[in-house]
Amino acid sequence: MPNTKNILIVGVGGQGILLASELVAKVALSKGYDVKQSEVHGMAQRGGSVSSNVRYGDVVYSPTIARGEADVLLSFELLESLRWLEYLSPRGVAIVNTQRIDPMPVASGKAEYPKNIEEKLQQKSHALYIIDGQRLAEQAGHIKAVNVALLGVLSTILEFDEKVWQTAIKNRVPAKTVDINFKAFNLGREAVSRN
Amino acid sequence: MKKLLSGNEAIARGAFEAGVDIAAAYPGTPSTEILENVATYKEIYAEWSVNEKVAFEVAFGAAVGGKRSLAAMKHVGVNVASDALMTASYTGINAGMVLISADDPGMHSSQNEQDNRYYAKFAQVPMLEPSSSQEAKDFTKLALEISELFDTVVMIRMSTRICHGKGVVQLEDRVPYMKKDYTKEPAKYVMIPGHARKRHVIVKARNAKLKEYVENVPVNIIEKGSSDIGIITSGVSYAYAREALPDASFLKLGMTNPLPINKIKSFVQDHQTVYVVEELEPFMEEQIEAAGLKVFGKDVLPDVGELSPELIRERILGVKTDVPQNGELPGRPPVMCAGCPHRAVFNALRKHRTTVSGDIGCYTLSTLPPLNTMDSCLCMGASIGMAQGFIRSMDKRKADRVVSVLGDSTFIHSGIPSLVNAVYNQAKITVVILDNRITAMTGHQENPGSGKTLLGDDVKPFDFEAVSRAIGAGYVRTVDPIDGMELDRVIGEAIEYQGTAVVIAKRPCVLVEPNQFPGIMKIDKELCTECKLCLRVGCPSISIHDGMVTIDQNLCFGCSLCQQVCPQDAIHRITS
Ligand SMILES: Cc1ncc(C[n+]2csc(CCOP(=O)(O)OP(=O)(O)O)c2C)c(N)n1
Repeated sequence: MPNTKNILIVGVGGQGILLASELVAKVALSKGYDVKQSEVHGMAQRGGSVSSNVRYGDVVYSPTIARGEADVLLSFELLESLRWLEYLSPRGVAIVNTQRIDPMPVASGKAEYPKNIEEKLQQKSHALYIIDGQRLAEQAGHIKAVNVALLGVLSTILEFDEKVWQTAIKNRVPAKTVDINFKAFNLGREAVSRN
Repeated sequence: MKKLLSGNEAIARGAFEAGVDIAAAYPGTPSTEILENVATYKEIYAEWSVNEKVAFEVAFGAAVGGKRSLAAMKHVGVNVASDALMTASYTGINAGMVLISADDPGMHSSQNEQDNRYYAKFAQVPMLEPSSSQEAKDFTKLALEISELFDTVVMIRMSTRICHGKGVVQLEDRVPYMKKDYTKEPAKYVMIPGHARKRHVIVKARNAKLKEYVENVPVNIIEKGSSDIGIITSGVSYAYAREALPDASFLKLGMTNPLPINKIKSFVQDHQTVYVVEELEPFMEEQIEAAGLKVFGKDVLPDVGELSPELIRERILGVKTDVPQNGELPGRPPVMCAGCPHRAVFNALRKHRTTVSGDIGCYTLSTLPPLNTMDSCLCMGASIGMAQGFIRSMDKRKADRVVSVLGDSTFIHSGIPSLVNAVYNQAKITVVILDNRITAMTGHQENPGSGKTLLGDDVKPFDFEAVSRAIGAGYVRTVDPIDGMELDRVIGEAIEYQGTAVVIAKRPCVLVEPNQFPGIMKIDKELCTECKLCLRVGCPSISIHDGMVTIDQNLCFGCSLCQQVCPQDAIHRITS
C-alpha cells in the first residue's frame, strides 16, 4: 500500500534485533497505525543471520517487505547490511552499526570478510548513517544497549516524537535498565546531528 | 483493548477467550510459543507432552471428557499424531477440540515443507486458515464452535509467517465454558470394527453437512475489485496477494476444508481470469479443477518455498522487481554455540572414525563444517532405528562403528521404542544421548529430564541411565563431555562392546547455565604455532585473522575443549 512505511532490521542472532523491532512496532501501534512485524525465530540464538520486518500504515497486508522497498535498513552488523542491501529503496535510508562479526566461514579462514562495505552502502542508499553503536552503548553504561542506541538514531528519521519512544522503552525493558536505555537512546539521537 | 500479538500469541488468546481448559503440545518451530503463551493464563491447564501423539491424545481425552481443549504442533508433529487423528475423526468429540498445525513453507527450521492441508482432507476434519493475528484469534474461537456443531476435531493450519508475524488484535474477555457431562458411549468411543463401520458412515454424513455449511460461513469472503482478475486464496498467501494485486477481486477463504465449491463456481464465472494463489501444493487448485472450472495456479506460481508479494506481482502481472545484486557474500549459517556441551562429543566421534546416524536438535548443526560429523538426519528418533539398518547393510568395517546420536528430548520423544528394538533384535550399536537437560533447539522448553513441567512444577527427573538399563542395554555409562579423556575412553569402550551400548553425555546447555565454567580461555601467542587444530572444533569464539588465531573474550564460556585439542599447550584458562 502506498503510504506504508517499511523498516527492515537486520543483524546477527543475539544482538537484540527482535526487541528493537518490537519497540518500533509498538511505537507505531500507539500512534494508531495498523502494524505488521515479521521475523523468523528458531535460529535466532544460534548466531545465524537474522532479519525483522516492521511495516505500518493505514492498512498493512503483507508481513514481509519486498526487495527495493525498505524505507529504512537498520543493520546491526556490517556484512549483514550488505546482505540485505537489495531490500533498500533507492530513496531509502541506511543506518549501519560499525560492528563486525565474523561468520563461521570467515572465522575458520575459509572465506574473506568483504571489503569497502561503506563505499557500497554509500552508492546504494539515499542517505547513510554509520554509527559506532558499541561505543554509544558503553558510554550509556552497558554494552547490551546497542539496540536501543540504534533505535535512537532511527527515531530521528521517523515521525514519532521522543516521548512515545521513551514510553515504549520504559514499558518493555527491565526496570533497573531504564536509565541506561534512555541514555543510550539519547546518545543515538545526538550521534545523528554529529554524523 | 488492542494489542500487538504474534499469531501464536493470538491462538493462545483465542483459546483463553473461548474457555479452553486443557492444552497440550510438544515444542516445534514455528508452533512452540502457542503453549508457552497458553501457560500464562492460569485458568488453563497446559502441559508439554513427550511427543505430539501424546499431546493430541491428552487434548482429545479432555474433549471427550467434557472440556474444551487444544493441541498444538509443528507440521511434522502431525505425522506423529496422525494415528490418533485419523480415528478421532470417526469418534468425534464431546466438548470442542482444536488441533493447530504450524506449517513451515520455506523450511526456516524444518526438515521438510509438507503441506498439512492434505491432513484435513485425509482425516476428513474441517480446516481453517488464518491470514493474520486477528484471524488466528477469531478462528480459534470459531474452530471450537464448529467442532461442537459438527462433533469433530477441527484443524487450524498456520504457517511460519502467521505464527511469528505480529499484528494488531482486539482483545475480548474469557467466556468460561460450561463443562459437558461425560457419559459412557462405547459405540462412539470404542473403535472396534463393528462400531467403526457405523462411525465411518456418520463421518460421510458430516462431510455432506459441512459442504453446505462452508458455502455460507462468514470467514469465506468476497472482496470486490476489477472483474478482470479474480484471486482465490487463503492464509498468508492472501496477505501477499492482497498487497501485490490491489485492483483484483478476491475470494478469501478462511475455511478451506471442505471447499465452498458453489461459491467458487460463481466467483470463477464472474471473472475473466482466475488464479488460485496458494503456497506449496495445489491443494485448492486441484479440487477446483476437478469441479470442472478453469483456473490458473501452479502453471504460473511455484510449488516449492514461500510466496511473496514480489513473486506474485512478477508471475501474475509480469512486473519484475529490478534490484542490483550484491555479488557473493560469505554465508552466516547458524552454529553450535560457544561452550555447547555437544561439541565435545562430535569431536570425539570424529576421532573414532564412526558412522554417525544422527537426529534432530541443536546437535544437527554438527553436520556443517568444520565438524562434518553426521551421516544422516531424517526425523525425530530415526537415529536409533536407522543405525540398526546400517549395521545390517554396511561393510563390516563401517558396520562395527555405527553410532546413533540424539538429544534428551528426542530420546524421550521417539527414541525409546527403537532402543527396545535394538536390544530385542541384538543390534550391536552405540547410542549416545546428548543430555543437556532441556529441549534446546526450539528455545529451551522443559522435558521430563529437566525435572520441571511447563507450569513450573518440580518433578522427579527422568533417569536416562536407569531406563537404558531397564530396557536391557548391556553397556550403559554416564559421562561428562567436558572430561575429554573419559569421554574418549567411554566412547571407545562402547564401540568395542558386542551388543547395544548407551552413553549418556550429561551436561546442561550453556545458554541455560552460562556460568558453569570458571573463567574463560586465552591463547598464549608465544606458544601458539598456528596449527589451527582448535579451529577444527568449530567454536564461534575462535577465529583467525591474518594468520593469527584468537579467542573472543566476549563469546568464550570457558568450556576448555580448545585447550584439550591444543597440542602445544598454548591455551590456558584465565579467571579474573
Ligand atoms: C516430530 C517433530 N517434532 C518436533 C520437531 C522440532 N524439533 C526439532 S529438534 C527438537 C528437540 C531437540 O531437543 P533435544 O533432543 O533435547 O536436543 P537439543 O536441541 O537440546 O540439543 C524439536 C522439538 C521436529 N523436528 N519433529
